[in-house]
Amino acid sequence: MPEDPNPDRDLTPEVSAETDVARLGHTSPPPAHEQTADEDADVVDWDRVAAMEQFKALLKAKIAFIVPATLFFVVYYFALPVLVGWFPELMEKRIGPVNLAYVFALSQFFMAWAVAFVYLRKAAKFDEEARQIIARLDQPKGAKPE
Amino acid sequence: MSFLLAAAATTGAPASTGFHFTPALGMFLTFVLITLGITYWSARKSTGASNYFAAGRGITAWQNGLAVAGDYMSAASFLGIAGMIAFKGYDGFMYSVGWLVAYLTVLLVVAEPLRNAGKYTMADVLAYRLSPRPVRAMASLSTLTVSTFYMIAQMVGAGALVKLLLPGIGYEWAVTGVGVLMIVYVVFGGMLATTWVQIIKAVLLMSGSLFLSVLVLRHFDYSFVKFFEAVGKVPVAGPDGTIVHKDFLKPGLIFGLEVTKGWGPIDLISLGLALVFGTAGLPHVLVRFYTVPDAKTARISVVWAMIIIGAFYIMTTLLGFGAATILTPGKISVENMSAPLLAQALGGEIFFAFISAVAFATILAVVAGLTISASTSFAHDFYTNVLHHGRERAPGEEVRVARIAAFVVGAVAIFLAIKLQTINVAFLVGLAFAVAASANLPVIVLSLFWKRFNTAGAVWGLGVGLVGSIVLIILSPSVMDANGKALINAAPLFPLKNPGIVSIPLGFLAAWIATLMSNDHTSEAKFAELTVRANTGLGAEKATAH
Repeated sequence: MPEDPNPDRDLTPEVSAETDVARLGHTSPPPAHEQTADEDADVVDWDRVAAMEQFKALLKAKIAFIVPATLFFVVYYFALPVLVGWFPELMEKRIGPVNLAYVFALSQFFMAWAVAFVYLRKAAKFDEEARQIIARLDQPKGAKPE
Repeated sequence: MSFLLAAAATTGAPASTGFHFTPALGMFLTFVLITLGITYWSARKSTGASNYFAAGRGITAWQNGLAVAGDYMSAASFLGIAGMIAFKGYDGFMYSVGWLVAYLTVLLVVAEPLRNAGKYTMADVLAYRLSPRPVRAMASLSTLTVSTFYMIAQMVGAGALVKLLLPGIGYEWAVTGVGVLMIVYVVFGGMLATTWVQIIKAVLLMSGSLFLSVLVLRHFDYSFVKFFEAVGKVPVAGPDGTIVHKDFLKPGLIFGLEVTKGWGPIDLISLGLALVFGTAGLPHVLVRFYTVPDAKTARISVVWAMIIIGAFYIMTTLLGFGAATILTPGKISVENMSAPLLAQALGGEIFFAFISAVAFATILAVVAGLTISASTSFAHDFYTNVLHHGRERAPGEEVRVARIAAFVVGAVAIFLAIKLQTINVAFLVGLAFAVAASANLPVIVLSLFWKRFNTAGAVWGLGVGLVGSIVLIILSPSVMDANGKALINAAPLFPLKNPGIVSIPLGFLAAWIATLMSNDHTSEAKFAELTVRANTGLGAEKATAH
């Protein structure tokens, strides 16, 4: 970012800049986020997208990954206090210089990283699907009445 | 840094004059100067709401990953968990695991939909389908509650820490100093300054921990076998003063059945639930995802944060076990001093000073993050959208209100932290997570995934989750103690310190029942829109051009 050429300028933001919550005078349309469904219904036909086979398939694929992955990590994580708390004899078994309890606790970190990396790879595919869905829409992304 | 050392050397250590210049103070002042410089730079750059609240949405993935980590790893993580492991061994390590695993919920469930469908706060996503004003009012109340509780815990901790690390600076001065700095970062520098304070803190914290870990390993000739042999027979001073050897890898010193009077690790499970569900509902973590250009960057930044946070907790094991094995028994009298004293023993005065300065930087970065999330929620959710129906009456009003709110939040936090000086407020951190998990997360998840969910469900879910967590904490051993060791001198009515195991189902249940009891079906009309936005990024807030 270069030095501000005019540091003494008026620091109030531009009226009706894209990031403003509302413009002065309330006459022009509010930015996308503050619009009601009726106001921005013409931007994208949301119901049409929601009904697209490709979009439904994307949602299904996402849920098919996220739900089992969440169940897996929750079970794996809570197995730690449960096993350590109620099955101490099992968890105190020696493994080399340490015990099973330590190995299992340490493995939680690698489990979390592994789930995260698998998700990153999956999500790249989801991104590609979403990009194709957007490309198929008549009105391209970002076309807003502004 | 040499001029600081020279200053420290010439000043010496006057015995009883109170204030004197130490290397720790010097390093801390250096950090303060650098962060104030960043604040000045950000203040010149930050104009406009999206710059002030969301750093122009121009933070990159690795930067945001560091900032999330810096926002999240509090002094309690750094000094507290290391101390817990140094004193109680394995159970302290088990305690630390949940803090990382919790980020999988953030990654898989909330980060991307939130970035795609929101603007500055979590309430943006709720307001999409639901009646905006009641939902935003409740969400703002919950956000302010979580932030204030967490902030007070941090500030009281900061004051206590200063007493230990910088003898001579009073508690009130320490708390006021931390409070004033966080106000300056947030009021003048906005999200950009806050982000960079968090990034610098994360880098300092990671390098300090890494260096200390290497020193610990060097002490054991870089041999993990030798290290764990020592951990297996840690000399501990017994009750009669004799030295006994204890296996610090053996579980049970904190969550064992006999220690907890038969409850076993239920309290830890309850905390784990609050972490796994609550981290994804912490307002100061969630606002960070609005500072990146898009959902993909948000996702990658969570993975960066997970790598950093995970590496940090693994190193904490080395620090904790290192303190237990290397420092002679009885040398550490306060748990929280384990890591700094270990640094002193292995790296000398200068490294002790560095680790102490890192501890301050840690507190400052966390409280600044809390302040900006609280003031953003007040200005954006409550002031603009609840009081003024989503219309700014003058350009820049929302930012101006946020700045005033940050000032007020900071002043209140300073005042409360000074008033609560003598009270053990560590339970407030658990309370913040419990509220985030029982109030915020249920309504975020239901609003994203359940078509039938409506305004009544959100208001009741937020209300019951919030009130339920607070009431259960008040009835818990953290606040009620028959031996007068807590705020209320009576036997606790709720057996667990962490209310999550009860309050989280309560929050979900309230949201579900209230939804079904209400005949309001208007929210279903916009479910398709929210789903499409959340999953494709169509119409998401863009980065401002720089």
